[in-house]
Amino acid sequence: MASVSDIKRRIRSVKNTQQITKAMEMVAAAKLRRTQGAVVSARPYSNKLEEVLSRLVASSPDLKDALLEVREPKKIGFIIVAANKGLSGGYNANIIRSAVVSMAHHRDQEIGILAVGKKARDFFRKRNYKVEGEFIGISDIPKLSEAKELADAVKAFYTEGIYDEVYIVYTQFITAMQHKPKTKKLLPIETPQEETGGELDYIFDPSPQTVLNQLLPLYLTNQVFSAFTEAKASEHGATMTAMGSATDNAGEMIDKLTLKYNRARQAAITREISEIVGGANAQQG
Amino acid sequence: MPDKTLTLEVVTPERKVLSEEITSIIVPAIEGYMGILPNHAPMISGLEPGIIKYKVAGKYKKMAISGGFLEVSDNKASILANTAELAEEVDPKRAQAAKERAEQRLHNKSGVDLLRAETALKRAIARLRVAGGDQH
Repeated sequence: MASVSDIKRRIRSVKNTQQITKAMEMVAAAKLRRTQGAVVSARPYSNKLEEVLSRLVASSPDLKDALLEVREPKKIGFIIVAANKGLSGGYNANIIRSAVVSMAHHRDQEIGILAVGKKARDFFRKRNYKVEGEFIGISDIPKLSEAKELADAVKAFYTEGIYDEVYIVYTQFITAMQHKPKTKKLLPIETPQEETGGELDYIFDPSPQTVLNQLLPLYLTNQVFSAFTEAKASEHGATMTAMGSATDNAGEMIDKLTLKYNRARQAAITREISEIVGGANAQQG
Repeated sequence: MPDKTLTLEVVTPERKVLSEEITSIIVPAIEGYMGILPNHAPMISGLEPGIIKYKVAGKYKKMAISGGFLEVSDNKASILANTAELAEEVDPKRAQAAKERAEQRLHNKSGVDLLRAETALKRAIARLRVAGGDQH
């Protein structure tokens, strides 16, 4: 049986761990709040962008752009958005599993991977997938310039005909506890089909074609940006939940150990008393 | 009779910069600066990096944007910009440094993307003008 001092040492070590997980939980919670703010403040822009694009397409449907061109898919690009670090429960495992499933649907085509985050890169590289690009330094609150860098790279791959279709696999943020891996088609761009309330006769300056050519890259960048922010928000949420339950578990463990500690202490005292009583009795007798 | 107004809304992917009732606005359209008054016909236009000037209560206010879009409908002007900064938000030192860097690149023409350098220069100049309260 473990001695009293052994148990005491365990309790101290678990307490230390609990302090760390608690700190990590709070850090993740703060980051989550800020990222959630970013998700919300990005919404008016994306809604507006989608609205403008669907109006444009509705008013002049036969416009052309390199990013709309549908080709027979020979090679498909997959952007996989995972985290740089672990300690976030099933976050990385879930997104990677979902990416593998999505890629399995395209077994007949060649596949190239653009990995976002160290976890995605390391996983796919180790398993001999073709990792053709990596983007590691996404900040905790994603910046537009980071999304633009990736979007520009993807755009170049697409227009040069290296990829014929591009998908992005990321984690959709629902609530802090609830996230869902999602695969979205990025290229060719599928224009949003909303009913535009009352066909207004828009003037396009200088021409619908120019506006479209200028609009589509922005649309692409914005799609990547929103995927990044949602993925980051999910990551912080997952970390928060995982660290929260680690803190709870540590608390439970401490309770159990304390009980054990008290019992051991009690047993030691009882033993000592009975020894003394036994000794006294022997002397009297 | 009160002045006719239209609502100006400026949004970037990172935040909503502005939402205000204004009486007129001048934007850097692709083919030159363009003025919009209330009751304008529905329009969608591309924007260059430059300065937006809008009139609130008889006074012009300025804002630097780095390209984007303008949509006008129902007396509402929405500007979608990559970045947008009000005069007091511009960092003149940074803009000045960016301007010099872009000029250097244009001057040397050493293998860099000229178009990119040019856009960067336009952005920097717009920021400086907004910050400096220059009357252009």
